[in-house]
Amino acid sequence: MIAEAGHYALVLALGLALIQSTVPLLGARCGDHALMNVARSSALAQLLFVASSFALLTMLHVMSDFSVVNVFENSHSMKPLLYKITGVWGNHEGSMLLWVFILALFGGLVAAFGNNLPLSLRAHVLAVQGWIAAAFYLFILVTSNPFLRIASPPIEGRDLNPVLQDIGLAVHPPMLYLGYVGFSISFSFAVAALIEGRIDAAWARWVRPWTLMAWIFLTLGIAMGSYWAYYELGWGGWWFWDPVENASLMPWLAGTALLHSAVVMEKRNALKVWTILLSILTFSLSLLGTFLVRSGVLTSVHAFATDPARGVFILLILCIFIGGSLLLYAWRASALKQGGLFAPISREGALVLNNLFLTTACATVFIGTLYPLALEVVTGDKISVGAPFFNLTFGPLFVPLMAAMPFAPLLAWKRGDLLGAAQRLTAAGIAALIAIAVLWAWTWGGATLAPLAIGLAVFVIAGALSDLAERTALFRAPLTTAMARARGLPRATWGTAFAHAGVGVALIGIVCETTWNSEYIGSMKPTDVANVAGYQLKLDGVTQRQGPNFREMIAQFTVSLDGETLRVMTPSKRNFTTRDSSTTEAALLTRGASQLYLSLGETNAEGAIAVRIYHKPLVLLIWWGPVLMALGGLLSLSDRRLRVGAPKPAKAARTLQPAE
Amino acid sequence: MRKLLASVFVVAMMAGCPSAYAVQPDEIMSDPVKEARARDLSRELRCMVCQNQSIDDSDAPLARDLRLLVRERIGSGDSDSQVMDFLVARYGEFVLLKPRFTPQTLLLWLLPPLVLAGGGLAIWVFSRRRSKASGTADPSMLYLTEEEEARLERLIAAESQPEKPA
Repeated sequence: MIAEAGHYALVLALGLALIQSTVPLLGARCGDHALMNVARSSALAQLLFVASSFALLTMLHVMSDFSVVNVFENSHSMKPLLYKITGVWGNHEGSMLLWVFILALFGGLVAAFGNNLPLSLRAHVLAVQGWIAAAFYLFILVTSNPFLRIASPPIEGRDLNPVLQDIGLAVHPPMLYLGYVGFSISFSFAVAALIEGRIDAAWARWVRPWTLMAWIFLTLGIAMGSYWAYYELGWGGWWFWDPVENASLMPWLAGTALLHSAVVMEKRNALKVWTILLSILTFSLSLLGTFLVRSGVLTSVHAFATDPARGVFILLILCIFIGGSLLLYAWRASALKQGGLFAPISREGALVLNNLFLTTACATVFIGTLYPLALEVVTGDKISVGAPFFNLTFGPLFVPLMAAMPFAPLLAWKRGDLLGAAQRLTAAGIAALIAIAVLWAWTWGGATLAPLAIGLAVFVIAGALSDLAERTALFRAPLTTAMARARGLPRATWGTAFAHAGVGVALIGIVCETTWNSEYIGSMKPTDVANVAGYQLKLDGVTQRQGPNFREMIAQFTVSLDGETLRVMTPSKRNFTTRDSSTTEAALLTRGASQLYLSLGETNAEGAIAVRIYHKPLVLLIWWGPVLMALGGLLSLSDRRLRVGAPKPAKAARTLQPAE
Repeated sequence: MRKLLASVFVVAMMAGCPSAYAVQPDEIMSDPVKEARARDLSRELRCMVCQNQSIDDSDAPLARDLRLLVRERIGSGDSDSQVMDFLVARYGEFVLLKPRFTPQTLLLWLLPPLVLAGGGLAIWVFSRRRSKASGTADPSMLYLTEEEEARLERLIAAESQPEKPA
């Protein structure tokens, strides 16, 4: 019954999405308020139905109802409850349901909190959301229904892929989808603006919080996924330039560019046409990511043949939405009036530069990811494009971007003073030079580029701080004045400083991890001692343990530094019987921002166990950086100007009074 | 990334590259300089049965064979480029994670700088055209029209009211 109810709820959600995608448009055409308001109610009702559909699927997984194919293939009655729940989106069908659920959630949020939007804009936005939702409901119902039954139910399920049985699965995909799908809002706003043929600074003010929210989630989602891969896959890598990772990086880069160009549009009414295009591109790249991951073209072009229906269906959705929106753009963009002139050296100019480099970086990832596919289709030749290519092409683009980053917040709108900005960055520049000199002296004869890169990172961080110091008059006025000014600063200014510093922090982590990583690979027997980066790791012994749905081999190491015992580390190898596969559970020892990373390999005939030990200096900064960026985004989101929304007539004040 | 994990795993299941670590203790060369060279080369070579993993990362039997082959060539005195040539001759361009600069990969290598240059050029042309247009043809762009002036006044008046503390 539950499965049927879930299925039915999904069909009803499709029906509501179809209403949402047509009736409000009709209403906007004839200026009928009642019809336009249908958008709001249908978006909320749609959210209700897809949420119950999702809840019902979760119930099936929790109850281990193996008469449902999806549960049978991805669950096991002995699996811990957390993984029974996260297993809902640990597979294609369930994750698609999560995708549409989040889409409906964003639609519902616009419906519920979009009261300050003009009625026709809200109707158009929600109608576009309705189109996207309807397309994906159809996709799920036609090709990937998670509620299908098995005629003769088996007693036990096949269990979830062991690699996914981790807390990471609980956080990472929902975060990532909140990001991906969140960009659908700016897409809908862009398409709505094109349909209405009207766009102004207020539009940017409405779009910005949604874009920012999606960006925060995507930033955290990517960082979380990277950390998960780092500790779960067992060889200490945190970014592989894998096509699937690139699929999430592209919308992030485009979204970051969008975030910045939307600022120009809001403040100065310039870059309108470009902002609209970026909104469309960002969500298109999210859709492209969905397509690349699910159609199987990436693993091999032949994977299309294994399930042609899904790949072709998503490709169709992709073509309709991307092609359609770009056509609409080509047709209507010229109708949008340009405004806001500015000199090349100005805040706007700096943000244009930011957009140039971010979109080029995005294009580089795009080319590197899709070129091998295209080449194989055209000529039949197979080539690989991997990490060395991206390090060489993508990395250099971030150098000018980061060098320019501290200048932008110090430049005035319209016409800036580059020399003045440079003067105010003197302290940051000196800090960077000192960092370079110290590192060079310290690692004499070692890597030459690494100290320079760290100097750049220090410049970015110190630049962000000196921007704050400048605005609060920290060293020029008494401390109390500075404190008062700090309180008075718009939160968006704090947000900018945090986010920019986060980029620098992440860069320090990346450079330290790749340059000064020490490694030990060897076979160890009990009582053997390994020396890595000053730490002594003694293998105490190996034990076996039975987990809920796996068997585990645990090795116990005692870690000491200069003769002083620090801690016991227990890396393990798990063997999952149902799927006959194993995972390595690395053991991590965190010291400040550095980590000792320990993972196990095979046991050989003499009873020695293969061990790989890394010391990764300041590796945690790689993820603290994005967390700092997201925190900056959050601060910016809580800025009064965004909370209050676009300027509105005095009516709002009147509605507030009776409540007192 | 979840999808990455999933896809890595799917491929791993098919091709037998369990996601464990790669270089085995018994493979390591006695000369640390040569070993370091072998590691650097390994990072640029693809494990052909895995998805986008270098042979340095992969635990597949094929990756192990390739790692041993690289070390064997280095041991017999080959230079880095000779090792690479040998592997390309045997396995094709597909084995290189960083494609060589050939007519086929011309676009791959040139497109990113072209995008940057094209974008820069577009911005330059666009800003010149706009500043020219505003400078000579239409000075009225720089000032508000009467209508806009009136609207601005209304907006300022409306904005200042709700600012009062509740």
